[in-house]
Amino acid sequence: MLTWLRRFFGSLRELPDYAESPQRYKVLRRNIIILMLLVTLVPLFLMGLINHYLYQQTMQDEIVKPLKVLVNKTRHSFEVFLAERLSAVSFIASSHTCEELANEQNLSRIFTAMKKEFTGVVDLGFLDPSGVQVSYDGPYKLQGKDYTEQDWYKETRVRGSYISDVFLGYRKLPHIVMAVERSITGAGSCLGCVLRATIDTNRFTEFIASMRLDPSSDAFLLNKSGVFQTPSKFYGQVLETFPLPLPPLSYEPNVLDIKDNHGKEIMLTYVYFESLPFILMVTKPRSLVMQSWYTLKNEALIVFLVGVVVIFLVIFKLVDKVVKRLEESDQRREAAYREMQETSKLASIGRLAAGVAHEINNPLAIINEKAGLIKDLAEFTPDFSQKEKILPLTGAILQSVDRCRTITQRLLGFARRMDVSIQMLSLNEVIEEVLGFLEKEAMHRNVELRLSLAPDLPRIASDRGQLQQVFLNILNNAFDAVQDGGRVTITSFEADVDTVGVTIEDNGQGMSQETMAHIFEPFFTTKKGYGTGLGLSITYGIVKKLGGDIKIKSQLGVGTTFTVFLPKKASALAGE
Amino acid sequence: MEKMRVLLVDDEIEFVSALAERLNLRGFDTATATSGEEALQKVAASPPHVVLLDMLMPGMNGLEVLTRIKRDHPEIKVILLTGRGSWDGIQGIREGAYDCLMKPIQIEELMQIMAGAVEGSKEERPGEGE
Repeated sequence: MLTWLRRFFGSLRELPDYAESPQRYKVLRRNIIILMLLVTLVPLFLMGLINHYLYQQTMQDEIVKPLKVLVNKTRHSFEVFLAERLSAVSFIASSHTCEELANEQNLSRIFTAMKKEFTGVVDLGFLDPSGVQVSYDGPYKLQGKDYTEQDWYKETRVRGSYISDVFLGYRKLPHIVMAVERSITGAGSCLGCVLRATIDTNRFTEFIASMRLDPSSDAFLLNKSGVFQTPSKFYGQVLETFPLPLPPLSYEPNVLDIKDNHGKEIMLTYVYFESLPFILMVTKPRSLVMQSWYTLKNEALIVFLVGVVVIFLVIFKLVDKVVKRLEESDQRREAAYREMQETSKLASIGRLAAGVAHEINNPLAIINEKAGLIKDLAEFTPDFSQKEKILPLTGAILQSVDRCRTITQRLLGFARRMDVSIQMLSLNEVIEEVLGFLEKEAMHRNVELRLSLAPDLPRIASDRGQLQQVFLNILNNAFDAVQDGGRVTITSFEADVDTVGVTIEDNGQGMSQETMAHIFEPFFTTKKGYGTGLGLSITYGIVKKLGGDIKIKSQLGVGTTFTVFLPKKASALAGE
Repeated sequence: MEKMRVLLVDDEIEFVSALAERLNLRGFDTATATSGEEALQKVAASPPHVVLLDMLMPGMNGLEVLTRIKRDHPEIKVILLTGRGSWDGIQGIREGAYDCLMKPIQIEELMQIMAGAVEGSKEERPGEGE
């Protein structure tokens, strides 16, 4: 990880060499974007996650805790209710003799008193040791019934006291039974008698109702085998079986997130009764429980997403702008560097040319004088026999020397320091002067000269002689390029506040990209045989010296356009 | 009329000999020297009207010779010859040279300039033509 980071930052500092622009800037842009996104988005993500979990925790606590308390309280109510009634039955069983309890009238009196004190008691009955109900008071006709085969009776005989699940019994109505075996020794054959009371399960439903749950929630009591003891809104009626597996045993209120038989996400809060065979359950749809949480989460998510989008946009825009600026400044620097290289190349070539020209000029001078002497001798000697032969020969030699002289002088002209003499001049005038030299050629070759000189072109401070040479060179090239009957157009214009421009356009043969690339290099020529390859490089050197620039556009077979830009005031370079 | 005396100074013997002969054919009284020192001696011995002086010579170079001649004989016209371009010539003219010619020279041009030089000297010094 560390080495990767180091490499990453390294790549920001130093761009790899292979990465030539624009690849180089793409890599740079990508790296900066990645880095900035990492730096901004990673903390944002982390904070979002942490907040998410913290909020979720808090929300859950806030919802779950009251629910747990409620469930616990309700269980307690159930337990107290049943325990009170069981101890009442137990008290009656032990405070009365068997004879008293077996007596219908006595039992009826006791039941009436009991009903007054303890709500929810439906009836009271006394069973002799053989399991037959000998006395009974209540709304059903159950006297004389034999209960030996009923579960609750067996359990009571084993345990001494017992509270049953909800069941139907002889009356065919759901109810629960609590029964106590008389265990007082002595007093005849009373051992094995059982006093039992029936509790109305409607009381249970009232307890559930008192929980005041919202309509989409449900609460109910199950026995330990999952049979409904109170009716449920969504999962079944009394004595039906709970459709879901029972939750693990817990005497403390517990919460489970489960999916119910309808596929609905619910939050199940439950608690097992400690001394009774019941489980109290409350279900709430998760969506309802978490509604406020979801709202909060959605809002947070929207803020987060908007934030991410804004970060993305800002980073992309910003990096794009910065890298573009960088690219531009690099390009400018590179261009300046290239120009400097070009200038120094020209300078060194100039020095070389001067040396070469000088070395050639001396032997050339000797050839010139020797051949001149031969010619003189032939001319000045009155009866020189080979005169007719000698004169053309020496003439040819002298002509060749003259050609060499032209070349070496141009070379030296190229190399020499220019004596720039700046004066205020009209560029239009200079152009017209130069055209004076070329008018004859234009006439002979039927070349059309189109002049479009801006009449209000500002006068500029520059060097008349140098500019004449510049335009003469370019116009010569244009004339060389066009066929007889071709066209050369000259336009002068004000390029901007500080610059004027002259365009020289021909409809000649044009140049290839290859030629254009070398056009200003010394000794580069397309005029095989008669060009020195110096004209345009001298021209370029002069224009640069005067603080201007030359631009070329050319297309093979269509023509070439030279545009010379000159500052209104020749720069400090001039006169260097 | 007295022949015009011309002193040719160049370290290249082949060049001076040929040019001297050509000038002789054209009616000049020509002397040659192949170094600066020799040239100064000859000027001292017999001052010429015109000196054709090469700028670049081993030993004493053209500019030095020019200044010495101009110091001792300001009336002598010195025409510089250079193979190196006009910059040298401009310096020479500042030092008092009459003109400067690029090598290889054209004889017609040289004749013209020499004629001009002699005209000028006659105007400057009237009555010196005996």
